[in-house]
Amino acid sequence: MPSPPSAASTGRPAERTWVGITGPPGAGKSTLVSALIAEVRTAGRSVAVVAVDPSSPITGGALLGDRVRMQAYAGDRDVFIRSMASRGHAGGLASTSGAAAAVIDACGFDLVLIETVGTGQAEVEVAAAADTTVVLEAPETGDEVQAIKAGLLEVADLVVVNKGDRPARAADGGPAAGHAGRGRRPKVGSGGAPDRPLPKRPEVLITTASTGAGVPELLASLDRHRVAGRDAATSEARLARAEAQVWAILADRLRASLHAEDRRAATESVLGEVAGHRLDPYTAADRLMGNLVDSDV
Amino acid sequence: MPDRPIKVLIAKPGLDGHDRGAKVLARGLRDEGFEVVYTGLRQTPEMVATAALQEDVDVVGLSILSGAHMTLLPRICRLLAEAGLDDVLVTAGGIIPDDDIPALREAGVAEVFGPGTTIAEVAEFLRTNVRPRD
Repeated sequence: MPSPPSAASTGRPAERTWVGITGPPGAGKSTLVSALIAEVRTAGRSVAVVAVDPSSPITGGALLGDRVRMQAYAGDRDVFIRSMASRGHAGGLASTSGAAAAVIDACGFDLVLIETVGTGQAEVEVAAAADTTVVLEAPETGDEVQAIKAGLLEVADLVVVNKGDRPARAADGGPAAGHAGRGRRPKVGSGGAPDRPLPKRPEVLITTASTGAGVPELLASLDRHRVAGRDAATSEARLARAEAQVWAILADRLRASLHAEDRRAATESVLGEVAGHRLDPYTAADRLMGNLVDSDV
Repeated sequence: MPDRPIKVLIAKPGLDGHDRGAKVLARGLRDEGFEVVYTGLRQTPEMVATAALQEDVDVVGLSILSGAHMTLLPRICRLLAEAGLDDVLVTAGGIIPDDDIPALREAGVAEVFGPGTTIAEVAEFLRTNVRPRD
């Protein structure tokens, strides 16, 4: 299996600004990225985009359509757009998205945007890959209970309610924005351990990506977040990113090992037993891990 | 990874506004296991070449119905070669008269798929003629 270049080998991890953009399908991620490109270019800065779309779980094929909304910049040398298929990797990115972003970053782009596949509630991998995570939501997509569920909204540094021209966005960005913005930190001594990780308290912005409304404010906010992030101790974030990168590669290699020529039959037989309800999936996973150890990976 | 999917750019150069065929092909190739980048309508040759370079595609499939193929397609082939992409397989489809095909082949278009071509035929041609993938 080839080894793509790693962030470590590019030599400028501290300088970069990687912004992850995630949210449900159709919320306007690609359109917002396009609007951000326009804003960044107006400011005379260069920008690269890694855009991930899902691979078919059935055929392995993919339709990568993010460029359609970014065509205006196809002739601009300071805009680089790379589409990637997720290739079976869960979590919202491809297993090589981080590596691709690192290579692009090493080319000196001022800003690297990482656009995930359309995500549901729990694909939070991008938060580890990026310095700043933007979670995009559309109006009319849920009530207050949706907004207080754990997952995607929790990892947002910025919550952007897009399609701000829709009447239902409400003045405050709707229930999701209200909860993301006003969530209270647990007080020490009120049941929460003092060193327990606290949820982020994201800023909430409203944009209309199709017209560009709110996009200058978003870019300004991204810049503020970058400066703040540079000042704060980021070793924890870097460790999380390293873990996410290694984890993604490890998961790929594990799968490949289990499907390698000499183990495929054993793997398929275990899977078949689970399918036939003769074996529970936990025991199956233990057995497959045992197969790997026995044959010395 | 020898079984890396083949990455295809489906592009519509020129000014005609009909991309039903391009979309049907994009979807069909997706179902055949290809990774298809679709770029939308009204691409200039420069836009197509830039997208092919940035996306590192194995194949550029050009759909054109406007009649401007003798101008646009050779220009795209030349720009691809200038960008170092002379190992990328270029194919075309749409409304292209038979009489024009020899000149297009000469310019670097590997195959022209006219109306009635099946998705399976296109997929088979691409699998057979694509550059080796590491």
